[in-house]
Parts: sequence; structure tokens; C-alpha cells
Amino acid sequence: MQDVYIAIIILWAFLFIYAIAGSIDFGAGFWAMFYRKRTDTKAASIANRYLSPSWEVTNVFLVLLVVALVSFFPGAAATLGTLMIVPFCLVLFLLTIRSAFMVYSYSVQKYTNMLVIISGVTGLLIPALLISILPAAIGGFIEVVGDRQYVLIDQLFTSPTFYTHLGFGLSTELFLSALLLSDYAKEAGSEETYHVYRRNAIILGPITLSFAVGAILTLIPEAFWMFENMANEWLLFTLSLLAFSIGYSALWWPTKKFKIGRPRLAVLLIALQFGLASFAYGSAHMPYFLYPDVTIYDAFTNEVMFRLLLIGYGVGMAILVPVFIWFWRLFMKDKRYLKQDTTH
Amino acid sequence: MMDNVMLARMIFGTSIAFHIIFATLGVGITLMILVAEIMRIIRKDEDYGTLAKRWTKGVAILLGVAIPSGTIVAVMLSLLWPGFMEIVGQVIALPFQVEIFAFFLEALFLSIYIYAADRLSPTMRIVSVFFVALGATASAVLITNAHAWMNTPRGFDLVNGQVTNVNPLAAVNNPSFYVTSLHVVGSAYMTGAFVLASVAAYKLFRGGLTEREVTYHRKGLTLSLAIGLIMSVYTMNNGHDTAIMLHEHIPVKLAAAEGLFETQANAPLAIMGTPDPEAGRVIGGIEIPGMLSWLATGSTDGVVRGLYDYPQDEWPPLFVHTLFNVMVGIGSALFGLAVIFWVLWFFRRKTKKPYPKWLLAGLVASGPLAMIGIETGWIFSCTGRQPWTIYGIQRTSEAATNSGNLGMLFFLFVSLYLVLLVLTGLVMHYFFNRNPVSKELQTMS
Repeated sequence: MQDVYIAIIILWAFLFIYAIAGSIDFGAGFWAMFYRKRTDTKAASIANRYLSPSWEVTNVFLVLLVVALVSFFPGAAATLGTLMIVPFCLVLFLLTIRSAFMVYSYSVQKYTNMLVIISGVTGLLIPALLISILPAAIGGFIEVVGDRQYVLIDQLFTSPTFYTHLGFGLSTELFLSALLLSDYAKEAGSEETYHVYRRNAIILGPITLSFAVGAILTLIPEAFWMFENMANEWLLFTLSLLAFSIGYSALWWPTKKFKIGRPRLAVLLIALQFGLASFAYGSAHMPYFLYPDVTIYDAFTNEVMFRLLLIGYGVGMAILVPVFIWFWRLFMKDKRYLKQDTTH
Repeated sequence: MMDNVMLARMIFGTSIAFHIIFATLGVGITLMILVAEIMRIIRKDEDYGTLAKRWTKGVAILLGVAIPSGTIVAVMLSLLWPGFMEIVGQVIALPFQVEIFAFFLEALFLSIYIYAADRLSPTMRIVSVFFVALGATASAVLITNAHAWMNTPRGFDLVNGQVTNVNPLAAVNNPSFYVTSLHVVGSAYMTGAFVLASVAAYKLFRGGLTEREVTYHRKGLTLSLAIGLIMSVYTMNNGHDTAIMLHEHIPVKLAAAEGLFETQANAPLAIMGTPDPEAGRVIGGIEIPGMLSWLATGSTDGVVRGLYDYPQDEWPPLFVHTLFNVMVGIGSALFGLAVIFWVLWFFRRKTKKPYPKWLLAGLVASGPLAMIGIETGWIFSCTGRQPWTIYGIQRTSEAATNSGNLGMLFFLFVSLYLVLLVLTGLVMHYFFNRNPVSKELQTMS
């Protein structure tokens, strides 16, 4: 395989991890807000318990993604930077407020209610802004005036594919987080919370799927080149659909604990579905970063740097994976953490 | 309409100035926590455990702001300086990449240390703090690596705007890396120590404490000033090495720092005053003849290059002279305070007599002063490199984005930083007021 393809696959892997981890993280924030006033369910406190230790780590994946993009594809920085400067700066702005309040509320209890609202609202806005980059990258939304580049916000906002992408992003976020939280609730032994999140997942699954189809169909008038490429990836899309069907149906499979549903299996299969679909979407986008100006070949770094970066990622991951596993055990498996009564 | 380059510099400058407060304390105070945990074992004294615990609460709040503000800076580098990042990506991507892993280490162990503290064994607690401290320090070193490379770029050639002959390891191993990163780490440790000394000195200065509390705060003060003294001696010595490095590799920056216009042997050291390019000397300062030559070359006969050797459009702004003086002045003053403290400590160690009010007042000021030293030092280092982003290779104006939406973003981020500064202060104040140390000392005894 060409080096440039190894680089783009690593980048896709980081994007995929951040998309999953970020969806769950921001989604948990939303659910904690959604159920904050409800005294009949522990849904809010379960979401908060997941969120407290995980947001800092999720945040690092965002930086990893940006650094990987710039170091593997320095040539893409200029144009993508212009395209992304407004949405990304807003993301940074919201992310900072959210993170700061996470910490404030841990130290000072009177901020807890404010945190729940801030993390719930930003939990919808941040993913919406991030996903808006995707339709913008299919091209046609940048205007050059003199030596300055402007994003054509009005054209972007009136394009149907922008809204189908947005709907897809938000429904995926809520779907994935509801699924994971149902699994987390099961692990924590809270049957009633499990059923709350299972029901949310059941409602959101088909909505996610319809938005996905909608996003593809609305690409036809905007970017026919991409639609054509996607048709060539039919096998991946079919497999992805299959993974979705099995994963979704796993919510009804019989089990001993709580009688119905296998949320762990559902989470894994839906993540697989998401992985396959995003890989297919990414492949159809190739070789363009930004249609039609920036290709991965133009933007790729030199061979020497590529080799060193590859070694760097290998060594870094080898050191970090054991820490990730320990982290997972402390917060996702340890009953002393999962079953405590307080909210954090 | 304001110049795009200026706007980009304003956004990035404010972001860095904000981040540096939290990042520096994150590096400095985590070291102090580690030292306190070690002292607790050596002395078998639970007071050190209490110090470590309370410092951890503070640093958790600070790192909660340091992590997202670091994310802002990291992402903004690509957004605001695409021309710069295009070269960085091909030549000096390694420290940025490795820094991510240091960042991961810090974030993972910080979460473990804070949210799982009650489930960790004492050894694992120390291991966790150690990795938080290691991650923070390594991040500082790695980011300084890229900063040092901007001052003394190596490992590539720029031919007709194209990067060729790339040698990433030579770029990492650039001549100012070691001296600059040691300066950054040493001064961060020094600042962390003086900020904590400042807190203890404030409690002792205000008075009204029980004898138990006085003992506790004196331990905090002594421990902080032990590290404070060591680090200020170290940082001063290293500052001298930095001057030699500047003399050898970026003489124009040294000339601007010292307000030296004429290339000369027996060059004087000008303290304060205003550099006047018409008169060719510093007006209104104190001049020590031969001192600059001696500092930079080791002999008063050494020739130091002046600003007149360079075309005027390659001069840094002349106000860097003041920034440089403030940084050096604060460093020396803090060293002086620490020395006075230790002299008094030695003569009063038997009697346990309280420290004089004037010394405590000075020590209360030491923390904020150290922070001003850090800020002026960074502004000096980055402004003193102007008009270049990559010294001698890329001008700042060539590196900036041509996006047209910067004005709004500047106001957005400045207001964000102001709000966060105030809120973080309030949260700290509220938290430590609600949980006074007297409560913890009582439950212990």
C-alpha cells in the first residue's frame, strides 16, 4: 500500500475513535440534562458518573486528530484551516466552558445544576458544529475576495445536504450514547435506568438510519462525483447495514439479567456499523480533502517524516494501551465506582 | 480595518498568555505535590500528606482550565498560522506528536488520581501523581522544543518556497533546545513553589491562627522556599547560558533585549531605560561598562553585535528591552527573598520565633511576581523573534491565515478568558473557604 494511504487510514482511525468517544461523551451530557429533574430514575446520575472521569481523555483525542492531520498532511492545513476556523473556534469556545464547569462543579457543589445545563446544551452544539465540516468539505462553499477567503455561510445554510448531515450527526450521537449508557446502567445493576436508555436507543436507531440515507441522497445534486464514488463502495455499505440490523435486533435478544436485550453486543455492532459506513464515506471522498482543490497527494508530508511519525505512533500507543486498560477497569468495571450512591 | 496578521497575533498571543498561567502552575505545583508526598514518607509526618492533598485540589481546578486552553492553543496553531504549520508538519512534527502522548498520560492519570483516589493504594497514589507531573513536564519540554526550533531552525532547506533536505532529528536537536527547555521547566518549578509560598505566607501574615495551623503553614512555607531557592539559583544560572546561546545564534535578539545599537567590545549592560534608535543608546538607564560583553562572551573584551548591523525591518520591537529587564529583575528579587528567608530560618531554627512581617509581605508578593516573570519572559521570547515566525526563514506575515473572520473571534476569546479567570478565582476562593485546613487538622488529631 502507498504510504499516503497508510496515513489517511490512521487519520480515519483517529477520526472514528473520536467520533465514537465524542458522541458518547457529548450525548451523556445531553442525557444528564434531559433527566436532571426526574426523581423517579437514576438516568441522570448514571450519565454523570460515566462523564466525570472520561471527558478529559476524550478531549485529548480531539487534539490527537488535529495534530495527526497537520503532521501527516501539512499541505491541507491552509485551506482546511480557512474552512474550519469559524466552526472550530466556536467548538473550542464551547468546549472550554464545558470543561471548566466540569471541574468547577466537582469542587463547588452549587455549580452542579449549571454544569448539567451547560454540558447538555454544548453536548448538542459541539457535535453539530463539528459535523458541519463534512458537507462543507464536498466543495463549493468558499469564496475568495482579494487575498482573503470567506466561507459562504448563507449557501451552506440553505443547502439540504447540510441539514441531513446535521440530523445524522445529532441522531447518531444520541443513539450511540443511549446504547452505551444502557450497557453502563446494566453494568451498574440499575434495571430501571437500563430500560430508560434501551427505549431511547430503540426510538433513535431508525431515525439515525433514515438521516444516513437522507445524507447520501442529498449529495446527488450537491456533489455527484461523491455519489458516484459511493456507489462503488456498495459492499461496505451493505455490510454496514447488516451490522446495524443485527446490532439493533440485539436489543430484543433474551438474556438472564434484566430478561431482554444484549446492550454490550449492540454497542459493539453499532460501532462496527459506524466504522464500516464512515470508512466507505471516507473512501468515496478520496482523493480529495477539499473538493476540488486539495488532494491527499498534494498535502502529504515527506517520506522521512512519515516514517518517524509512524514509529512515534507505534511507541506511544504501546505505552498508553496498558494505561487505557487500567483506566477502563477503574471506571467501567469496578463495582465500587459503578454502584456508589452520590452523583460523582 | 485592522491588519489580519495583527489580529491573528492578538488572538494567539492572548490565548498563549492565558494558557501559560495554568500550564506553568500545572507543571510547578504537581512537582510540589510529589515532593510533599515524598517528605511525608521521609518525615513520617501527616502534615505533608495534608499539604499534598490540598495542593492537589487546587491543581485539579487549574488543570481543568489548562487542558481545554491547551486544546485551544494546539488547534489555533493550525487555524491561525497555516503557512507556519505547513513547514512545521514537514520538519518539526515530532515534538507535537510526542506531546500528545504526554498529554494523554497527564489526562489519564489526573482522572485516576482525582476520581479513583479512594480506591488506590498509597504507592499507586504516588505513581499517579508522578505520572501527572511527568506528563506535565514532558509537555512543557516538547512544546519548548518547537519554540526553540522557531528561534534556531535546523533540519531543512527552503528552496523557492519548497521544503527540501528534511532531517527531522536535526530539527529536534536544534542548538537552543536544551538551554531553553531547561529554562522553561526550571522557571515553572520556581513559579509553582513561589505561588505556594505566597499562599502560606499570606496565612501567616494575616495571623489569627492556632498554634497547630502555624506549624502547618510554616511547613508549607519552608518546603516551598526550599524548592524556590534551588530553582531560582538554577534558573538564574541557566539564564546566563541562554544569554550565551542568544549571542551565538540570534545576536539581534540579544541586542534588542539589551538595547545595544553599536557592535562593540566592552559592551555595557543597560538596566531599565528606553532604547533610542536615533541616539544609538539606552536613555535613562543604568549602564555597567563591559558587563554585557562579560556575560555573553566571558570576557569584557568580547565583541557583542548591535542592532545597527541589521536592516531595520529585521529588528524586534524595542520595548522587549523592558520585558527582558522585568523578567531578570523579578528572578533576582525572588532569589533574594528566598536567601533572606533561609538566613532568618537558620538563626531562628531553635527559637521558632515568627518571621518578620516585612518578609512575609514580600513573600506574599512573590507568587504573583513569579507569574509576571513567566509572562514577560514568554512575551520577550516570542516578540523578540519578530518579524520572524521561523527565524531568518519565514516572516510572521507569511505564516498567518487569510480568513476574513478574525475580529469577531478575538472578542469572543478575550471575553472567554476574562470570565474564566474570574470564575476560577471565585471557585478557588469558595472551595478553600468552605474547606479550611483547620477542619482537616482537627480530624487528624
